[in-house]
Formats: sequence, C-alpha cells, structure tokens
Amino acid sequence: MSTSTLPIERRRVLRRLALGLGAPWSAGVLAQPAPKSPALATKPIPSTGEALPVVGLGTWITFNVGNDRAARDGCAEVVNAFFDAGGQMIDSSPMYGSSQPVVGYALSRVKPTPKVFAADKVWTSSGPRGPAQIEESRRHWNVARFDLLQVHNLLSWEEHLPILLAMKAAGKLRYVGITTSEGRRHREIEDVMRRHPLDFVQVTYNLRDREVEQRILPLARERGIAVIANRPFREGALLRELQRHRLPTWAAEIDCTNWAQVALKFIVSHPALTCAIPATSSVAHVRENMAAATGRMPDSALRQRMAAHVDAL
Amino acid sequence: MTEWWTYRLSDFLMFSARTYRRLFELYNTEVWPLPLVAFIVGVAALAIVWHRPRVPDIAVPVGPVMLAAAWLWIAWAFQLQRYATILTAAPWFAAAFAFEALILLAAAWIGAQTGAVSLSDGRRVCGLGLFAFAVLAYPWIGVLLGRPLSQAEVFGIAPDPTAIGTLGVLLLMPSGESGGRRLAGAMAWLIPLAWCAVSGATLCTMDAPEALLLPALAVIALVVAIRTRATRPAA
Repeated sequence: MSTSTLPIERRRVLRRLALGLGAPWSAGVLAQPAPKSPALATKPIPSTGEALPVVGLGTWITFNVGNDRAARDGCAEVVNAFFDAGGQMIDSSPMYGSSQPVVGYALSRVKPTPKVFAADKVWTSSGPRGPAQIEESRRHWNVARFDLLQVHNLLSWEEHLPILLAMKAAGKLRYVGITTSEGRRHREIEDVMRRHPLDFVQVTYNLRDREVEQRILPLARERGIAVIANRPFREGALLRELQRHRLPTWAAEIDCTNWAQVALKFIVSHPALTCAIPATSSVAHVRENMAAATGRMPDSALRQRMAAHVDAL
Repeated sequence: MTEWWTYRLSDFLMFSARTYRRLFELYNTEVWPLPLVAFIVGVAALAIVWHRPRVPDIAVPVGPVMLAAAWLWIAWAFQLQRYATILTAAPWFAAAFAFEALILLAAAWIGAQTGAVSLSDGRRVCGLGLFAFAVLAYPWIGVLLGRPLSQAEVFGIAPDPTAIGTLGVLLLMPSGESGGRRLAGAMAWLIPLAWCAVSGATLCTMDAPEALLLPALAVIALVVAIRTRATRPAA
C-alpha cells in the first residue's frame, strides 16, 4: 500500500500498547482503536492477487461539504469508523467538488496513519492537463501516490490511458482503471477492456441495475480485471424503496439485519465483483455497510432469489 | 458530453441538501451583521417606493445602482468564495452575476436619462409585490419549513431573493424607448430569470418544498412585463 509503513499486526500491537499506556492523543486527532470487528471478507485483485476488503467507501456528494469545519469533522469520523472496521479502499474524483480535500483532511485526522487503498480518477477533456490534475488530486489527498487511478466516465480515455499506464510502469501508480456509471457507454467500456491492460473497471451494479451481468462482468473475469461497483444504493433511492418493505426471512441466512447489508451482499457476492463503494456521511451507516463484508454470503441460488424478490416488490 | 439524453437533473447535483443549507448558515455567520444591514436597507428601500405613487427622478438610477452592488457582492462573496467550494459551475454563476451588475449599471444610466415613469396599476402592484416578497417574506420561508433562522436567505446578499427582488424592481423601472436602451433594459431580465430557473431546478432536485416558488414568481414577472409597459408620464 502506498501509505502503509508498518505491517498490520505490528501496527495493531503498537496501537494496543499506546492505548494501554493511555497515550495522550493530541486534540483534534481521531485515535483509531484496535479493530473490534470480525475480519472482513476480501477478494484478490486479479492482476496481482492482492487482497482487498469487499466493501470500500465512496465520496460522491457525501464528502463534498466545502469548508464547513463541522461537516469535515463528521466525514473524518466516518473515515475513522471505516478504518476501524477494517476498510481500505476510498474512492474519489476531481469531479466531486471538495471531496478530495475533505478525504485528505479526514485521513490526516486518523492516527495512526491508516492503511488506505487510495483510488481516484482523472477527469478532464484535455490529455496534457491530466498529469497536473492528478498531481493536484494527490496533494489534496496528501498521499505519496495513488494506488488506483481511473479515467472518469471514459472522458478522453484515449489520451489519459497511455499516461496512466506509463505512470504505472514508472512505479508512480499501482493500478489503472476506467469508470462509467448508470449503464452509459458499455460498448465502449467493453472495447477498452478487450484492447488495453486494465487492472480495474468501475461500473454501476446493484439490485436494480444488473445490466453488467450480461457482458461486462463475464468479460472482466475472462480478462482478469477487478470490478468496483458504484451506486450500490442508487444514491439512497434503492434503500428508501426497499425500506418500505419487511426484510425477507432469507436475510437472516446471510447474517443481514437491514436492507443495506442485503443490497451490498448481493453485489459483492457476484464472482466477478471485487469491491462495492457505498457513500455515506453517517458513522452508523458506515458500520452497517462494513458489516456486510462479514458473515455468510449468498450463493448463486440465493442471489437469484434476492434479485427476483426485489424485482417483485 | 456523450449520451447527454441519459442524464437527469439529479446527476448534476454534487452536494446534499444539508450541505447547501449549511452554506447559508456559515455565510450569514461569517458576514454578520451584513444580513441584518441588508434586511434593514431592503425594508427602507421598500418603504420609500411603497409610499410614493410616482418614483422621484433621483431614485430612478439609485435603485439599480444599489442592486448592481448587491449582484456584485453575491458574485464574489457567495458564488466565488462559498458556492464554488461545493459546485464546479459556481465560478460561471459568479461571472453571470457580475455581468448582471454591469447591465444594472447601464439600466441606472438609462433611468437617469429617462427620469421617472408612469406605471399601470398591475405592473406597479406586481413589481412592489415581488420586491416586498423578496425583502420581507423570503428570509422566513426556511423558518416556516422548519429550518433555523441562521440559514435565512436575505435579499441583497443571497442569490434567490435578490433575483426575485430584482425582477420586481425591473418592473418598476423604465425600459428605454430607443432600440439600444430597450435592449439594455431587456437584457437586465435575462440573468435573474435564468437564475430562477437554475436555482428552482437545484431546489427541485433536493426535493425542497419551496422549489417551484422561484420559477413561478419569475414567470409571473415575465408575463406582467410583457403585457404592460412602463411609460414616461405626460408633461
């Protein structure tokens, strides 16, 4: 990991020692206690085999809070709870307003420095402007380098992709990807996936939007490309819809206590899926979301039942 | 943008309703006591216009000059300094607001050349009504909807009531009789009307109960402006 400096077990021991000694954490710093949660389910990134927790953290809308100090502190609490639960991947973009500096602010508040998998994007129609934008994003995050950079919504991907691949070859970046959302430009996504050495592809996938099951997810498996699912709750609309109904009895079979966990387990249990990135500004919700990466996962038969159940609502 | 037809209004909303409301709360706190001063100045201006059936010649250019100052302030202090922190398009809005300030200065010049105008009852009532609504009622809408007064949007420093109030003032202004002056007068309407549409769409996407208020008032102002004319009084 780009920002990891200590092996995780050693960091845990040091953290526990520090807590046991009653270390005087400075004001304004969120002390990260030893993780109390059960181990998160992980999946390997196909191009390297590196294990990644199946639930990450998105920042669209929720982290765009401008200079509101109280709201920034709230985001820092969310990030702290995310790492406390064992999370790693945080995803942002220069398109998300102030989200990048708020992520940087939140990361600076969590001590010790968390093991973040920093995923960001390049989003400009100008190829030559790409590197400067990436550098600006890196400064906002205050990380040594990004783990993953993606071409946002395929914008000028022909110009950006060679630059990202060159950065990876030079060791300035670990993984390269492309993104789309809400079913847009899937044919072009497939084309890029076939012709270029991608590590990641990010698409919309949830209980309602399942178009990617037809071609993109099988292609990702075939090509050894990790898949990130965005909009797992359709910006909350899916949960608002589902929460009008009782939780089905089969939810208990996969250790779900709420609809958010059902929705996330459906996504991350797809064999081609690597990670879902729900966004939230609530500590309670981030804990709920992270719990979806624990316990039993649905098998293929139950996944079909879940989709059919939601279709029938 | 490819596949533009697949985008919805909500795809362009980059922030939550809570963040948007907090923006006004922090703005009011940071520029305090300006919200109070703006409210008092607005009430004083309304009282002057309300009690005079015929606007004095000297007041004709003063109104748009004060409005121009308000639009310029909002361009800088709100759009550029604050809204731009959560909305990528806000610098463009700032440019539009600054441009409106220039047009209002042109309108002030036209007013100074033209002098006072006679208004039909309908135009005067609508103009005064919109101005009064923007100054007196708009700050309380949020309170009525359960939001704190600290998030109030005040005429002269917040964009929505200023746009509505400006439409009201424009109804009370001469539009110019020659082609160039008439064009300048008409142009002063464009940005307030466009802002009512943009802000209405933003509020609508946030499911704000007052979302349709701004566009509805803008349509009323436009219809009244088209159906009535401000003319010079008979000598």
